[in-house]
Amino acid sequence: MAQDALLITDLKKKYADGPEALKGVSLTVPAGDFFALLGPNGAGKTTIIGIVTGLVTKTSGTVSVFGIDTDEEPERTRSMIGLCGQEINFDPFMKPRDILVNQAGYYGIQRRIAIPRAEKLLNDLGLGDKFDQIGFKLSGGMKRRLMIARALIHEPKFLVLDEPTAGVDVELRRSMWEYLTTLTKGGITILLTTHYLEEAERLAKHVAIINKGEIVANGTMEEILALHDPSTSLGAGGYSGGKLEEIFIKLTSNNS
Amino acid sequence: MSFDKQLVALYTILRKGVVRILRIWPQTLLPSIVTSVLYFAVFGNILGSRIGNFNGVPYILFVVPGLVMLAVITNAYMDVATTFFVSKFFSRNIDEILVSPTPSLIIISGYILSGVVRGTAVGILVLLVSLFFALPSIAHPLVAILFLILSSLVFALAGLINGIYAKNFDGISIVPTFVLTPFVYLGGVFYSIKSLPPSWQTVSLFNPIFYIINGFRYGFLGTSDVSPLTCVAVLLGLMLVLLGANWYFIRTGLGLRQ
Ligand SMILES: Nc1ncnc2c1ncn2[C@@H]1O[C@H](COP(=O)(O)OP(=O)(O)O)[C@@H](O)[C@H]1O
Ligand SMILES: [Mg+2]
Repeated sequence: MAQDALLITDLKKKYADGPEALKGVSLTVPAGDFFALLGPNGAGKTTIIGIVTGLVTKTSGTVSVFGIDTDEEPERTRSMIGLCGQEINFDPFMKPRDILVNQAGYYGIQRRIAIPRAEKLLNDLGLGDKFDQIGFKLSGGMKRRLMIARALIHEPKFLVLDEPTAGVDVELRRSMWEYLTTLTKGGITILLTTHYLEEAERLAKHVAIINKGEIVANGTMEEILALHDPSTSLGAGGYSGGKLEEIFIKLTSNNS
Repeated sequence: MSFDKQLVALYTILRKGVVRILRIWPQTLLPSIVTSVLYFAVFGNILGSRIGNFNGVPYILFVVPGLVMLAVITNAYMDVATTFFVSKFFSRNIDEILVSPTPSLIIISGYILSGVVRGTAVGILVLLVSLFFALPSIAHPLVAILFLILSSLVFALAGLINGIYAKNFDGISIVPTFVLTPFVYLGGVFYSIKSLPPSWQTVSLFNPIFYIINGFRYGFLGTSDVSPLTCVAVLLGLMLVLLGANWYFIRTGLGLRQ
């Protein structure tokens, strides 16, 4: 049996000056999976990702990445993960190629290896003519793609994307989907959070829905879609939202 | 992370810092040079002749080491305080290092080293500029070099603590303006404490920067207000205290992980 890419058990987080963001979350992302984590704003998605990637400390619970505990060997688990965070956080005064080559450096990859790798990634993501364009002058969609390229520079086995398509136009979003699909075909495991349920429905094999720090649904896309109850469907009234959207709304709105 | 990979990471952080210093040189290198030129002009040419000899040397020669140290201290301090604060607060791009396997010790060392580079580089530039006004002799070059580099290190370490604690942009200007600058000026950049009334002489002895400026000046003039060994001891003591404080931040995750 292949090792799970991510195994989270009973994860809790209380921010020092804030709310109890996670109230005992358990999740499994199988190796090679395309996993979508869905939930309304403030549900705790970014907190989970922060804990997995080492940006946020947990209050209790365990996290392991490909069988390795993030507390015991954080350097090893971090090497296996690539993060494309929710906020644009590269140095706005730097150029895409330098941003990628520096990122590689933080993983101990030398410049002579990193430079061609960075150029290939930028080319693949449609930024081939932006190697030396100053960061803050890139468009929103370009910044996102640069963030994805940066997440991949050390060739991680596990790519974590926190709302990567937020604010990206439809056409570009589709090309990003295509790119992500080729990555999973190449064996990379992907964990994605998104607001666009159509996106999740299209891409994900497994889905978990989180609301107010608790997982309210978790399973394969087929299992989640099977929760759909045609009798309460809004579709009859001319509403054309997807099934996943209706399930999502039902699970995340009625217990406030 | 293996040792050679850690070296690559350290080199990357240091290189990034140095590239930044060079890219925005009008903000990082130039200001101290401009103010030093003004000081040299005023003290060397305009006032210097009236002051005459000071502690047995022309005043300009007395004031050069003081002004070099002033530049070293402020630049090393501000470099680390600013870059660290900006990367944690403004663009939050410290996260790109925090998600990597680079250990905290290497992260801190990278920031500190680029502060040392800036402090030392500006110090040397100010010294070179002073050659247009006077020809300082260097009595004990090794002492001068030791103080140049270790003072950069000490104030880079201090700047990092400021950068870690700062919660907003005021936080990285209050300490330099209201604490660091007065301590430097009162630490004898422009005068020997022998010219002070006895009570103020005693007060000056509690200012660690006084020993650093004197130690450096001893490297040039071969004389100082207090024994050069005391100066070295204070410098090393300060360095140990600051290394200890920084070690604490390394253990506690730099106060960066929420
Ligand atoms: N650094 C922080 N300090 C305090 N509270 C926080 C912090 N980050 C997030 N929170 C709170 O934790 C909860 C979960 O936030 P988050 O994980 O960002 O949700 P999501 O990504 O699903 O929108 C929210 O109530 C949010 O306000
Ligand atoms: Mg979020």
